Amino acid sequence: MSLIEQLPVLPIIIPLVAAPFCLIIPNGRIAYFYAIAISALTFLSCIGLLHGVAAGGTISYYLGDWAPPLGIEYRIDLANALVLTLISGVAALVIPASYPSIAAEANPKQIPLFYGAMLICMLGLLGVTITGDAFNVFVFLEISSLATYALVALGGRADRRALTASFNYLVMGTLGATFFVIGLGLLYQATGTLNMADIRVQLLENGTNRMVEAGYAFIIIGMGLKAAMFPMHLWLPNAYTYAPSAVSAFIAAASTKVAVYVLIRFTFSVVGADFDFVSAMLSYVLMPLALAGMFFASLVAVFQTDVKRMLAYSSVGQIGYMLLGISLGTEAGLQASIIHIFNHGLMKAALFLSVACVMLRLGVHTVDGFNGLAKRMPFTAAAFIFAGLSLVGVPLTVGFVSKWYLLQAAFEADRAWIAFLIVASSLIAVVYVGRIIELILLREPPEDGPLFRDVDGNPVREAPMVMLVPMWILVLANVYFGLRTDVTADLAGRAAASLIGGQ
Amino acid sequence: MDILQFVIERFNYWIFTVLMMVGLYTVIARGNLVKKIIGLNIFQTSVFIYYISIGKVSGGTAPIFTTEHQKELKKHEHHGDAHHGDGHQVPTHQDGGHQDTAHQDGSHQGDAHDSADPMTMDLHAGDLHAGDANTSATLTRAGEHHGVSTPDLHDGDANALHAPANDALVSQGGDHGGDHGGEIATKATEFIEPLYSNPLPHVLILTAIVVGVATTAVGLALAVRIREAYGTIEEDELETADNVAEFGVADPRQQQDGGQGAGRLNPGGAQ
Repeated sequence: MSLIEQLPVLPIIIPLVAAPFCLIIPNGRIAYFYAIAISALTFLSCIGLLHGVAAGGTISYYLGDWAPPLGIEYRIDLANALVLTLISGVAALVIPASYPSIAAEANPKQIPLFYGAMLICMLGLLGVTITGDAFNVFVFLEISSLATYALVALGGRADRRALTASFNYLVMGTLGATFFVIGLGLLYQATGTLNMADIRVQLLENGTNRMVEAGYAFIIIGMGLKAAMFPMHLWLPNAYTYAPSAVSAFIAAASTKVAVYVLIRFTFSVVGADFDFVSAMLSYVLMPLALAGMFFASLVAVFQTDVKRMLAYSSVGQIGYMLLGISLGTEAGLQASIIHIFNHGLMKAALFLSVACVMLRLGVHTVDGFNGLAKRMPFTAAAFIFAGLSLVGVPLTVGFVSKWYLLQAAFEADRAWIAFLIVASSLIAVVYVGRIIELILLREPPEDGPLFRDVDGNPVREAPMVMLVPMWILVLANVYFGLRTDVTADLAGRAAASLIGGQ
Repeated sequence: MDILQFVIERFNYWIFTVLMMVGLYTVIARGNLVKKIIGLNIFQTSVFIYYISIGKVSGGTAPIFTTEHQKELKKHEHHGDAHHGDGHQVPTHQDGGHQDTAHQDGSHQGDAHDSADPMTMDLHAGDLHAGDANTSATLTRAGEHHGVSTPDLHDGDANALHAPANDALVSQGGDHGGDHGGEIATKATEFIEPLYSNPLPHVLILTAIVVGVATTAVGLALAVRIREAYGTIEEDELETADNVAEFGVADPRQQQDGGQGAGRLNPGGAQ
């Protein structure tokens, strides 16, 4: 019963046990340090898991020592170890950066609750990723979603539209989760098991039937809603825009990625892309939607006057890249998807954190706040520029790595026209990111008017250190993983191979 | 007529489908936020019904070890001999929707000739593959198979019909003492475990109900907060309020036309 043996359950148990205590912590600052400690511990255990999986192969942990397929199994392979590390890493960086931002945007009495909800949200996302039991996915998904609704609604103090955004997210999210459950029911009815690996075994033994196909379709729709797959993304822009800035940074980096991960998991290792209906779905449903999302959402992003909303639409477009990689149905495509899940988390967290810094000082997240930012808040501005360039896919950043592998996968699948479309849609990203960078670098800061001084009426200063440091760690990670491509590419490649190879 | 039968046999799925559509329609078509939440609830409830109905095994009881059953076993233990000692394990091996097993070895082989105990009876707890009627190999069939009568089979225990006795083992019993067929059947009613419904979907749905209640609570709480902030919970009024706050007019799409119109009319209005 050493702690190492129990490592797979730690990322769930630590925040699960810790989160309720936030309710009785009277002081926001204590809750802040408490949440930092918990998220750091969780991150460490996820790193440990990633290390263990990379060295020793798939880890299988039986919850309560009940053996699968009856008991719940936590099954960690490279694919979900990477996603686990991303989620807990982003949480461990966003939570330290969140205090000044959330103290300014939310009711001070709600700060302990905010940290409780953040921990629960993280726990839910980790749970979805780590579990090998299909129904467990639903339960954890709803745990994280309920926390996310509350987190988005916390923005209601600054802007009441956060409330309606949260409500719409709740309706859409619940519809998505319920579709997912219907799909699970059909799969269960067809195979008689809920263990993911066992479903695959049963399907390989007994073949599929229409019930499996219908169940898979329900799962795709449900997860598509959660992942904001175009055209089911309508809940996302408002939720990201009006949520408190720190919340946007976390959910933009983590929550939709987890839904994409579940899509990957069900497509490749639960049902299996070797069945005709799955490969047909990939080429005739997922690929057109992915391409449409890449172009439509990126185009809409160009015309936004609110930077958070612009980044939100950009997220929908970036989800398109991930889905495109999946829809190729090849190992290279899957590898590109997994790399992009990881990389996009890094860039979006950095971008939303820099918007949070602007919001903290100037009280707005519209483009006006970015006029001449380089002269007023140079470090924040530089972080935005670097992360923005990464979003575009400039060499030496992670964005380039993602696109490079995606292009390679497209050529390898003999679909050069897709490669062309990837480049074309990246050019749209150049437009919407370049527009903000132009404001930051070339415009003069306002000489008077409402944005001349910060929210307290003082001259505009740089954002506080607690926000700058985590933001710059993320930016440097963008560059580091852009240079050390072998780390992510190697892990993602092995993950893709094990997913495609399957059982 | 076949179609009618097809429809009627699957009535639970029709209920599920109709409720699901009602719920989905309410969520989409209603502008009132509370009605949306209720629609969402109906939608979720339809899924609960679907899950519960796939776990139901016809003739099966709730998977609870009833006192009635215990009495039955005690009675048997009382007049059974020492060989039966380990035969009465509580059927805890309910395997959710999976093949087999819960073997209950009623007695030992070889006793058939010198005692009243006829055979090795391997009772299955029931292959609980949802809705799979084939699993209940009835004793009646087993009895006919060996040309023995099965008196009293229907007495008392309604579950006897569904007692999934294993064909092969019954025939083994038959080899040992085919002429004790009557006894086999009467013994069988004592050995019989009740047929259980598949508990797993029901347990899943308990979880899903908790999730559903939590979602409803959060949704209604949000509706309360929206009402505090906006003074309304009608979706179109909320949209109007947002547009007025942002653009100064109720519908920004009319703003451009209205703006041009106003541009032409304003000079007149100013005069």
